[in-house]
Amino acid sequence: MNSALFVTILVTAIVMVGAALLIAWLLAPRSFNPQKGEAYECGIPTRGTSWMQFKAGYYLFAILYLMFDVETVFLFPWAVILREVGAAGLISIAVFMVILVLGLVYAWKKGALEWK
Amino acid sequence: MYDFSNITSWIHTLLMSFLPEWATLLIEFVLIGVAILALYCILALFLIYFERRVAGAFQCRLGPNRVGPFGIFQSIADMLKILIKELIYLKNIDHFLFNLAPFFVLAASMLTFACLPWGNGLQVINYDVGVFFMLAVSGLGIIGVLLAGWASNSKYTVIGAMRAGAQMISYELSIGLSILTIVAISGSMSVTGIVEAQYDGWFLFKGHIPALIAFIIYLVAGSAEINRGPFDMAEAESELTAGYHTEYSGIHFGFYYLAEYLNLFIMGGIATTLFLGGWMPLHIPGWDGFNAIMDYIPSVVWFLGKSIVVVWISMWFRWTFPRLRIDQLLKLEWKYLLPISLVNLAIMSVIVALGWHF
Repeated sequence: MNSALFVTILVTAIVMVGAALLIAWLLAPRSFNPQKGEAYECGIPTRGTSWMQFKAGYYLFAILYLMFDVETVFLFPWAVILREVGAAGLISIAVFMVILVLGLVYAWKKGALEWK
Repeated sequence: MYDFSNITSWIHTLLMSFLPEWATLLIEFVLIGVAILALYCILALFLIYFERRVAGAFQCRLGPNRVGPFGIFQSIADMLKILIKELIYLKNIDHFLFNLAPFFVLAASMLTFACLPWGNGLQVINYDVGVFFMLAVSGLGIIGVLLAGWASNSKYTVIGAMRAGAQMISYELSIGLSILTIVAISGSMSVTGIVEAQYDGWFLFKGHIPALIAFIIYLVAGSAEINRGPFDMAEAESELTAGYHTEYSGIHFGFYYLAEYLNLFIMGGIATTLFLGGWMPLHIPGWDGFNAIMDYIPSVVWFLGKSIVVVWISMWFRWTFPRLRIDQLLKLEWKYLLPISLVNLAIMSVIVALGWHF
């Protein structure tokens, strides 16, 4: 039932965007002007393409994000049964957390968290 | 509390009495879709009006007050206007990705929206892993933002999209960890389970200090996640024009605007569900008369009221604090919020594991 509802909502979202685009396409004016096709850049013509090499800093943060997000995924099932597993579960997850925090400390010391 | 599932099951039996099962289900799904769509649009129109009035109040001016009494039809007029604006496609864009991006943004926001518990028995999607599912689908919005910036092939949009991507993935960690704190104390990932666990007191009150810290972290990280408030780096007008949606015009831009305001409400709704008791009324143990009076207020009113208060707090942030720089933004998340939320989670898990909670 939930999966059917999931599909229903997904279809609703797609229909909404499609219908709004269709209404706009029917109502909106269309005019042609070569100036309109230019990318917005404060009045001067844009130079070259924007699909080029990019700052590596974003990549570093994405990698760090991946590490901690996977950690969160592992912690969710543990958090649900935390009451049943008690202190034993706490100690075993503490070992896991310490290893991950060491990773964060390493990245911090290496300067990966600085925006250069 | 009145159980709204009485109404839905009455509709179901009524339809089943004279229709085959597949037709009943079809009609129900269409009804649910229309209801969600209507709620989504009405809330968006209301929030846009509300934000403009709140901004006006904070800046000692009136805000919209011409269209209708107190300007209440202003956002409807704006919606009609945005529909008749031309859709401009630039010369060098990637047409397919450019058109695809709004679908991602809207679908992510609407799927998260459908998970919110509106009242007792009023919830569309109710997975056992509810909050986890919310976290997962709201993450899809990042794809839409990155696609929008990349497909536009303009310097402003690419920089805006990269910044928005870095910001949204970073702050999702803090959101995940503060949700985890509440999952640890409630022992359930289902949205209904979390709300029902707060029958005798909201988690903000009975979760000791860690729940309070998690609530503050959630508010800060939530504001950052939806690219608002002091964290609107992605569309810093003074440096990036409009960030990742610079090249979108007409209703194309309207989709991003719509999703931004609905994400604001979703942020408020999740904060309400996790920390402020969802649709549960305010119960004070021992005060039976007071609790009985509070029970008369419908659950929908409780949920909407609390969510609007959280939304208002987020708007207060936006119009009070100056905007952060991108390096300060990432520093705030990785050097302050992330370590604090990890320590906070550790304290909470010790409290829960040793049974020191109520």
